[in-house]
Amino acid sequence: MRYTFMLYSKESDFVNVAPEAMAEQLQVFGQYIGALKAAGVFVDTDWLQPTSTATTVTLRAGSKQVQDGPFAETKEQLGGFFVVDVPDLDAAISWAKKCPAAQYGLVEIRASAMPSGQK
Amino acid sequence: MTTESSMQTRLNDIVRASHGRLVAALSARSRDIAASEDALSNAYRAALETWPTQGIPHNPAGWLMRVAKNALIDASRSALGKNRSSLDTETGEPIEIPVAAQDIESEAMVDDRLKLMFAAAHPALDESIRAPMIMQTVLNLEATEIAQLFCLPTATMAQRLVRAKTKIRDAGIPFSIPSKDEWPARLNDVLEAVYGAYSATLNEVLSSDSRASESLYLADMLGALLPDEPEALGLAALICFSASRAGARFTLDGAFVPLDQQHPQHWSGELIALASSYLSKAQTFQTLGRFQLEAAIHAVHADRRRTGVTQWSAIVQLYEGLVHLAPTRGMLVSRAYAIGQISGVEAGFAALQSLSETVLNSFAPALICRAHFHETAGQFLLAHKDLERAIELLPDGKEKAHLVAQLERLAAPIRLSRI
Repeated sequence: MRYTFMLYSKESDFVNVAPEAMAEQLQVFGQYIGALKAAGVFVDTDWLQPTSTATTVTLRAGSKQVQDGPFAETKEQLGGFFVVDVPDLDAAISWAKKCPAAQYGLVEIRASAMPSGQK
Repeated sequence: MTTESSMQTRLNDIVRASHGRLVAALSARSRDIAASEDALSNAYRAALETWPTQGIPHNPAGWLMRVAKNALIDASRSALGKNRSSLDTETGEPIEIPVAAQDIESEAMVDDRLKLMFAAAHPALDESIRAPMIMQTVLNLEATEIAQLFCLPTATMAQRLVRAKTKIRDAGIPFSIPSKDEWPARLNDVLEAVYGAYSATLNEVLSSDSRASESLYLADMLGALLPDEPEALGLAALICFSASRAGARFTLDGAFVPLDQQHPQHWSGELIALASSYLSKAQTFQTLGRFQLEAAIHAVHADRRRTGVTQWSAIVQLYEGLVHLAPTRGMLVSRAYAIGQISGVEAGFAALQSLSETVLNSFAPALICRAHFHETAGQFLLAHKDLERAIELLPDGKEKAHLVAQLERLAAPIRLSRI
């Protein structure tokens, strides 16, 4: 099954992070991606710019079509994701526990709802 | 010639004996509990239609399994609108489900029941739904019954059960035995859920045959499925000890009888023996655990049948161990009660101080215990006050009725003291 890990954390924790610390983080995530690939479960990942740069679009009646800012103001923000292909939720949980983002934030696991023919 | 109603009775017997195993075997392969249950319902209907004319098959459980398996495959095919089965999306081949009689009892099927329990008590499910899930999938209780046991409207409970089954299917919760490093925590979740399922049924009409047999079924299953897990054996012992007193817990009129006032002659010697054997088997592993300790406390109470007295000092020691391992407010109250029994009410009151003032005034067992101490000390007014508060807190039921009667008895000495 395909699962998406949504990585949530406090953006304020990453303001003014020293370049060395940033380099270290990149390396840690690099190792995690390496491990996912070596296990043959890696599908995709991305890391996102902070919500201060977000633009929200909707064509829902009664809303502005385009507006500045994220969809919801929350304590913790979506900062990136991983997509993995593993047999079941237990396998997904065990990979999510290894995700570096789980050390300082939350990892929400959601299974794919897309019919298998469309993937 | 078999009549319709006797056929229904015969089928009910078969369902009672095999339903849990059949659901387990079907869902372990389809990962869809609700669809497996629907498929089994179809099979039961088909049995009622065909067995009266064609006779009961040689292996009824196997027959039901085969029909249900086909219904499951048909349902998943029509759901996908194509000739591919969700049972095996890779090959489209239906997965082999054993149908021979010996397979129903085989190790694979035993494993399936364990797998179903691990799915039903998975940490990804809300804790409050795990015991109800065990009750429905393993014990085959109706949502109506489960709702009553948890004091919820049937619709609410039914909806929560459906939601849990949907999550198991859509989130891909596996039907598998967890790996070694996950095992202790995951097994504990299962045992807690089984214990929750058992305690919820405890105060109901446990004296009825069906309840007693369900409890034994649970205990038996734990013993059979997990013979090398001391805590599983401990829980099996706990359930058997408790079930052994089912006949003494209520009078013939259905009134509640507290443990102290029960006649040991009304306890089941057979179940006490079974419980003791589970407990001694558990103790051979020499690893202490909460369920073993609780079972050991029951064992001390059970000994009253043999010796005529309760060894409260042994009970206090066991509670000390329990409070150390898993301190809950219920345990702290029971420990205080036991201390009061051996060291007098002053020591009992002191032991109750381990609970916060809020708990002491809002937790019915604590109030009942304190009322008992007050009464022993001759402080009838204080006892009356605590008991009254406890009655306010308890849900309607047999225990509450018992306390109301006790409150009336307490009122007599209070009236006398005012003369």
